Amino acid sequence: MKKRGAHLLTYILRRVLQAIPVFFGTTLLIYFMVFAMPGDPITALFGDKTPNPAVLEALRAQYHLDQPFIVQYLLYMKDFFTGNLGETFSGQAVGDVLARSFPVTLKLVIMAVVLEFILSVVLGLISGLRKGKLFDNANLVAALVLSSLPVFVAMFLAQYFIGIKLGWAPVTVGQDTTWGAMFLPALVIALTIYVTGMRLMRGSVIESRQADYVRTAYAKGLTHRRIVPVHIARNSLIPVITNTAASFGALIAGTTITEGIFNIPGVGNVLYQAIIRGENPTVVTFVTILTVVYVVVNILVDLLYAVLDPRIRYV
Amino acid sequence: MSDRQPEHYVAPIEDATVEVDALKLKERKSNLWLDAWRDLRRRVLFYAALLVVLVVLTMAIAPTLFTDVSPTLGCQLTNSNGASIAGHPMGFTRQGCDVFARVVWGARTSLSVGILVVVITAVIGIPMGAIAGFFGGKLDSLLSRIGDIFFSIPYFLAAVVVMSVLGQYRSVWVIALAIGGFAWASLARILRAEVLQVKNSDYVMASEAVGRGRMATLLSHVLPNSLTPVIVTLTIALGAAIVAEASLSFLGLGLNSNVMSWGQDISQAQSSIRTAPMALVWPSVMLTVTVLAFIVLGELIRDALDPKSRARR
Amino acid sequence: MTSEQLSTQNTTREADVLVQDNRYVDPSKPLVEIRDLEIEFTTQGGTVKALKGVSFDIFPGETVAIVGESGSGKSTTAHGIINLLPDNGKITGGQVLFEGEDLTTAKKSELYRVRGRDIGFVPQDPMSNLNPVWSVGFQVREAIRANGIASSKKDVNARAIEVLKEAGLRDAEHRMAQYPHQFSGGMRQRVLIGIGLAAHPKLLIADEPTSALDVTVQRVILDHLEALTRERNAALLLITHDLGLAAERATKLIVMYQGKIVEAGPSKKILQDPQHPYTKRLIESAPSLASQRISGAKVTHVGESGIDVADIAATHEDARAKQDITPVIEVNDLTKVYSIRKGNFKSTPLTAVDAISFKIPRGTTLALVGESGSGKTTAAKMVLGLEKPTSGEIILDGTNLSGISKKDLFAVRRKMQPVFQDPYGSLDPQRSIGAIIGEPLKVHKVGDAASRKARIKELLDQVSMPAEVADRYPNELSGGQRQRVAVARALALKPDIVVLDEAVSALDVLVQAQILQLLADLQSELGLTYLFITHDLAVVRVVADEIAVMENGKIVETGTADAIFDNAQVEYTQKLLEAIPGAGIDWIE
Repeated sequence: MKKRGAHLLTYILRRVLQAIPVFFGTTLLIYFMVFAMPGDPITALFGDKTPNPAVLEALRAQYHLDQPFIVQYLLYMKDFFTGNLGETFSGQAVGDVLARSFPVTLKLVIMAVVLEFILSVVLGLISGLRKGKLFDNANLVAALVLSSLPVFVAMFLAQYFIGIKLGWAPVTVGQDTTWGAMFLPALVIALTIYVTGMRLMRGSVIESRQADYVRTAYAKGLTHRRIVPVHIARNSLIPVITNTAASFGALIAGTTITEGIFNIPGVGNVLYQAIIRGENPTVVTFVTILTVVYVVVNILVDLLYAVLDPRIRYV
Repeated sequence: MSDRQPEHYVAPIEDATVEVDALKLKERKSNLWLDAWRDLRRRVLFYAALLVVLVVLTMAIAPTLFTDVSPTLGCQLTNSNGASIAGHPMGFTRQGCDVFARVVWGARTSLSVGILVVVITAVIGIPMGAIAGFFGGKLDSLLSRIGDIFFSIPYFLAAVVVMSVLGQYRSVWVIALAIGGFAWASLARILRAEVLQVKNSDYVMASEAVGRGRMATLLSHVLPNSLTPVIVTLTIALGAAIVAEASLSFLGLGLNSNVMSWGQDISQAQSSIRTAPMALVWPSVMLTVTVLAFIVLGELIRDALDPKSRARR
Repeated sequence: MTSEQLSTQNTTREADVLVQDNRYVDPSKPLVEIRDLEIEFTTQGGTVKALKGVSFDIFPGETVAIVGESGSGKSTTAHGIINLLPDNGKITGGQVLFEGEDLTTAKKSELYRVRGRDIGFVPQDPMSNLNPVWSVGFQVREAIRANGIASSKKDVNARAIEVLKEAGLRDAEHRMAQYPHQFSGGMRQRVLIGIGLAAHPKLLIADEPTSALDVTVQRVILDHLEALTRERNAALLLITHDLGLAAERATKLIVMYQGKIVEAGPSKKILQDPQHPYTKRLIESAPSLASQRISGAKVTHVGESGIDVADIAATHEDARAKQDITPVIEVNDLTKVYSIRKGNFKSTPLTAVDAISFKIPRGTTLALVGESGSGKTTAAKMVLGLEKPTSGEIILDGTNLSGISKKDLFAVRRKMQPVFQDPYGSLDPQRSIGAIIGEPLKVHKVGDAASRKARIKELLDQVSMPAEVADRYPNELSGGQRQRVAVARALALKPDIVVLDEAVSALDVLVQAQILQLLADLQSELGLTYLFITHDLAVVRVVADEIAVMENGKIVETGTADAIFDNAQVEYTQKLLEAIPGAGIDWIE
């Protein structure tokens, strides 16, 4: 047991160290896109609006524009880590807005990811065990069509048919951020993304069924009832779990449109409102935050993979 | 163990013909691409998807073949949210513009952005992935690190930032760069993984033993054999790029409002979803069907090129 | 007991009663009776009949070997007995009677009971046959529990440790929690053997149990397998492609070809007096038997229409007399050290090749022999200029490769060309055969398009392939045919030297004999010098003039083929010689 832990620990350490340059590179890139473009970045941030000169001055100071670029960036990072994230145009501290909206997004994403996992595993397993038969073909077609629907189209369809015509679920969420109210958008998200996980599960199940070690398991005298969960499903689950974990990260970063359409007061919505109103500084700040979250989640996903598949730790 | 003596059995020699390694050539030449093409040609779905793609392509290149109604001029508010009448099969938008015309003209935007994104993704992603995978070592570390950085920013968010900041420069090229400039990282990763596998093949060693330089080997032997996942990914990416452009337009971050875009139309028709859904439905259908066609094509190509799945059928 | 006992079986027991775990088994009634077994597979090209009516018996305690090449149906038979066919396979006729009960029509629950408990199975590839995500202990324990050997957690665990100990694994307790990829190939196979025998089955089926292992490990594992099965009075059904191995280990031999049994009977009798043409050709082509025959064993020279590899060996004896002593390849103190990155940020040096030296005279063959990890492939790569040596020199036909300029290296490459091991990986699948063979000509800008086409035709002719193959692609050719193309490619530039890295190791025995004959013919026609890399000492006997044995990067012994085979000095070489399957056959009449 001790040896196993040691290998895992070194793997974690290596992975985290690898992530540090990526982290700085990413945030630098975003910063660069905004502040190193030709022209005055501050007025660019305002698009075609002309703000009050006092606001401009405040922002210039906030973004340390009198300093050389790299220093700007480092000061910006320092502010970021010390929690000084600036203010939105309506004067609220970004930190506060984040604290209020993040849990909401988290709820939405967790529901979506859980639903996606269930759909992937169950549909993928049945499809894999019944390859080529009616269920399999129907499943593959359905998944393909659902995944081609752009998110906003899917949301509108759901809103229209389920919300308006059938009246089964609320069309907008607003302040009512209960699990039940957010079920519909979470389900729609899950339906548009489950195709990847389902295909992974199906593919793994098909491969595992023909695998040598499964045949040897039968030769040992094990029954079908034991082999399917212990040898087929367990091996097939690894890529699916890591895929779901990766979707988690991707979703945190990508609920903008969903929250906009369903009026869910999460991080994505704040971003959505900021985009619509042209509040670019807020847009940049939030994109940076979401990206950081994405990077962190990806590291956790890699670690999860190492825990599940013992071979990876030795790579 | 008994002391039984097993008897000596010999099969009838008259019908014994020992053929060692006989050459059995098929009637027609066969290699990966030829077989894949023959496989695709047999499938109805291939023709269906191809048809959709060709129709949309024609709409993009020559919209006037489909409609002479102008999508922007001649919009009369009196027609606002009108239902379909003769000559205007899909009804009118809130501004009173002809939905059908807007749908047809919108194809150009979607397709041009889509194709440009694919080109940019390929032009950056393929060299990065191939060189990193083939040459390995420090070069690989460097290129992979760069790829990781771009890969770590969800390309949609990155495009959002770019388009927000570059408010004045809203052209097809800028959008395509905003999306493709980040999406290439995913292609590079996929190609790198494939190249890592292919480069261990003996024919690569044989090529170097004959005297080809490393770069020449990469270009003439490794890359052609690593193309399968690239083609599949690029085809599907076309669909994804169209969706990305539509999403950006939906958020108002796409092209200018005087340029047709399905995403923009969908966004504008949002508010009248209860009263006049058609202005929302038609562009949505068009968008979905187009994306679906590309994704289906990509999947069919993947199936056709995958020797394992062909063997199973 | 009759005098026809093979000397490897010298136990005596009471003729009437066999005792296995307190169960009495009647040794005069067959344990397994297979009658007209037919098995079909459904593939994209239609249905293929893998077994076309196979019948034989296995008696309790008996060791039976089934020998055949790929496609003969030997593995299918093994799997068919316990109905372990893949999804696209089906038993379409015949019976498999185990102690009177027909397994082909048995209920699932019956099969589950018989498998593991009455019939054990040891598969071929130890890596892919253990589930990588569960510990080895887990997989042993589940076998024990499934076969009802023990039930309480403590008992199961204790029995599992016992199984591993019997399998020959030291510190079995510690090993239980480890994963398959942490074991070596030989250890994994021991685990699989242990699992197969855990329930003391009456029959153990072993499907090529050692072909995925290193040569010296093979003999140890087979001895161990034999000992365990004999201890338990279990019958053993051994599947193998090696006739020598089969004859050495089994009393009864069954030869299969294209889904049918062509000859069956007592092993020694079949070797000394084969009747069926296929059996005769197998005997002629088997390198392991050839080396026995050359050393004077009493197997008559069969002389059929096939290729007798012993004849090929004879050509080397003649050739040696007219040797020209100019070395065409000279290697001095060649060394290669790699830096291996370990998981914990450090890297350790790995000496793959350690100061080796050899000379190869023109027109002869030097065989570089070693197991995996001996460094032979790395040495070959350095000679081919595909890896840079850390130190030492390589002199090819007078040109020293160290410090050579790119241009000069390019020119030297014309003199030496490789043929690699994997016929399915050595030809670019995107190129036509003609393009593949012609590539060296293109790269070195030899001749124009027309002359190249003519040369390609000439080359195909030299390797006995029809000219029309030039427009086709590799996927239409078999392994042996692909190797011929690889040889043709190697000869395109009229090199002096051909480096053959395990060039025949992946081929079936009869095809292998054909390729060896081809190589021998080409060598005498064109005056080629061969550097022949292999792990198979038996093949070496057939092809080599000189032999160099490598172990852990060093050359431990060199000498002529006769010298090494008759009188090896170094212990490692002796071990390799003893490991040749069939080395233990006692031909005494």
